[in-house]
Amino acid sequence: MQDDKKAAPGLLLSSAPHIHAGQSLKSIMWLVVLALAPAAAYSVYLFGLNALMLIAVSVAVCVAAEAAFCFLMKKPFAITDGSAVITGVLLAFNVPPDAPLWMLGIGAAFSVIVAKQLFGGIGFNIFNPALAGRALLMASWPVHMTTTWHRFGPTNVLSQAASNVAGLPEQAYDIITQATPLGALKEGPKLLADLGVAPNAVYRTLFSPEMLKSLFMGNIGGCIGETSALLLLAGALLLLYKRIVSWHIPATYIGTVAIIMFAYYSLTGFAYAAEATLFHLLSGGLVLGAFFMATDMVTSPVTPRGMILFGAGCGVLTCVIRLWGGYPEGVSYSILLMNSTVPLIDRFIRPKVFGTKHA
Amino acid sequence: MAFTTFSGGIHPPENKRLSEGKAFSNLSVPQLCYIPLQQHVGKPARPIVEAGEIVREGQLIGLADGYISANVHASVPGKIVEITEHPTVYSKRGMCVVIEAQGSFPTSGRPLESADWGSMSNLELLNRVAEAGVVGLGGAAFPTQVKLHPPRNRQIEALIINGSECEPYLTVDDMLMQTFPGEIIEGVCIALKILGISTAYIGVENNKLHAIASLKKKLAEIKPSENIIIVALKTKYPQGAEKQLVYSLTRREVPSGGLPMDAATVVQNVGTIFAIREAVALGKPLFERYITVTGPCVKNPGNYKVRLGSRVSDVIEECGGLVAEPAKIIMGGPMCGTALDSMDIPVVKGTSGILVLGKEEARPVDYLPCIRCGRCVAVCPAGLVPCDMVNTIEKGRLDLVEPSHPFDCIMCGSCAYVCPSRRPLNHFIKLAQEKLRRRQKE
Repeated sequence: MQDDKKAAPGLLLSSAPHIHAGQSLKSIMWLVVLALAPAAAYSVYLFGLNALMLIAVSVAVCVAAEAAFCFLMKKPFAITDGSAVITGVLLAFNVPPDAPLWMLGIGAAFSVIVAKQLFGGIGFNIFNPALAGRALLMASWPVHMTTTWHRFGPTNVLSQAASNVAGLPEQAYDIITQATPLGALKEGPKLLADLGVAPNAVYRTLFSPEMLKSLFMGNIGGCIGETSALLLLAGALLLLYKRIVSWHIPATYIGTVAIIMFAYYSLTGFAYAAEATLFHLLSGGLVLGAFFMATDMVTSPVTPRGMILFGAGCGVLTCVIRLWGGYPEGVSYSILLMNSTVPLIDRFIRPKVFGTKHA
Repeated sequence: MAFTTFSGGIHPPENKRLSEGKAFSNLSVPQLCYIPLQQHVGKPARPIVEAGEIVREGQLIGLADGYISANVHASVPGKIVEITEHPTVYSKRGMCVVIEAQGSFPTSGRPLESADWGSMSNLELLNRVAEAGVVGLGGAAFPTQVKLHPPRNRQIEALIINGSECEPYLTVDDMLMQTFPGEIIEGVCIALKILGISTAYIGVENNKLHAIASLKKKLAEIKPSENIIIVALKTKYPQGAEKQLVYSLTRREVPSGGLPMDAATVVQNVGTIFAIREAVALGKPLFERYITVTGPCVKNPGNYKVRLGSRVSDVIEECGGLVAEPAKIIMGGPMCGTALDSMDIPVVKGTSGILVLGKEEARPVDYLPCIRCGRCVAVCPAGLVPCDMVNTIEKGRLDLVEPSHPFDCIMCGSCAYVCPSRRPLNHFIKLAQEKLRRRQKE
């Protein structure tokens, strides 16, 4: 009994519960980084060294900016939590592969310092930092953000598609092959009409099975991280399996886009309604956005019903921008817009409290 | 009965293997017993003995003080050394009657004769429960006679027996149901008679198949005239929380701020039912109980019968001592139990187990900011939004907390269990509850 008394002061005291599920903020963040890795590796393979440099610069600047800010503000700095790394990777995923490094560095610093730390650091930011950084770059250097696409060789599916169109002037060929698939869809037919080519020829190639397969596999132009739906989905499966993301946001987001796009093309009597819908789902940043950016925990609702509303809202806005907006792609702006509604959603959509009639 | 679970909840590792299926054994009587006068919800019992007095085993030493209170009995025969302040699980300085064991043990090893309770009046039965000092043995320690005597204007339709034992590590209720199915069914019949109803549900999580089988077998043998239904429940924490259990078994929601009787039910733990039966049929006061002593640091984890007032250090020593240095000693289960700061704290009526965790299982951690992942919302069985509520509490805005229903929190700790930022969410909510209650009183 004497020994027992000696042991007593070393006992840990804390409130219940005394056990924990194990997943920590840190493990969640690094699992997200791991889930993004296949798509990142593929983009380096596809786009070459500049993509690697862009990802490296973006991550390095994000981490350094966070460290510097925390040092100046005398805040504890946890580089190991991995959240700055995620912001860096996601920002790099959202720029064209031939974008200048300095520009991305500025975007990365803005993401971490302005969009995240000035709001209070991890957990307190209203907007997804990577998307806020992308918005800054789009507003400040629109030429770099919309023209520095990768130049594919003649074997690329888009080039082949373009060369299949009979009588395509060289000028139009260049424009189409350098564009992203969504850009080609948005601008292509108009451009060809000016040059006297029937748009149907373009549609036939854009919505061909080879084209859709390329979109799924990722052998196609676009931002660094958005090309391969397959690899993004592989990472997303990991996150779903580890319950880091739930189905609510991605399913309603992608589902809403599918429904609206199909309804729009069917109602306008478009011949390739199903193909065009699939084209929209697989191209651009939809898969990336739906699984990796709209699901950002900090900037999405906390209740399942809130998440469904949020996902549906993202889907509607994406369709509106893609179909009637000035940009070919609308994923990032729709997520940013929906980010701003999250406090409202969380205020009004609450679970039903047990033992009450309503929430 | 197709509804065998509730919404929300978690699936922590059960860790019951250590003590599962281990038959009960009696721990030897401690030399010194520290018997707290407060082992229940309500007012502490009034001591009716003095230092120097010699007491019998099971002699009344503390008298229930008021309606919500409970009698306290001598766990061992012997001499009262003193009545003094001593740390207990409920208080840093709880009044305890200290008894030094000596003399004979009339109840040990000798079967008590069963009384013919069938011919007693309801009031007589209730008195026997009250006299024996029975309280809720699941951990809440609410005086049982109060629960069995709902106000007249409340219609009670069913008695609900909690055999879910959803806390990880603990196996004592499981073992009770396996070992004493007949006694438990008799106890259920007694409680039904007191309540004047005839329907009871015994809810058992479906990870305790032996317990379910032994209860079913015994029920088929006895064939009581009462309608007793054994229901296998989904294994999910907190299946044994009162409101969740009522919902799982009857699909009725206990209204916010209400009690099970507001859903026409009375809930009793199987351990309590066992104690009711001993009190009524054997006239035996509650001075010992079965507990699980377990954890990776305990040499001989198992299920034991322990005299109330035995100190944790004595109990652990009786179980072979410790094989590794303990990091945390918990009275109760790992989800709802209380971490102890001293091994001198005595076992009380509400002690369902003693869990000793080592350095691997219990590490001190700091908590981080909320990242709004929503896991706490997904698991909250009460339908609350713990993250938002706690962010408000953390900012000190108690004035804004009330719309988030802080008093509907049942303190199950599921939110803190899943929180990746390791935020002690239910702890914050408990603080807010206490502050708000104090404010309401002022």
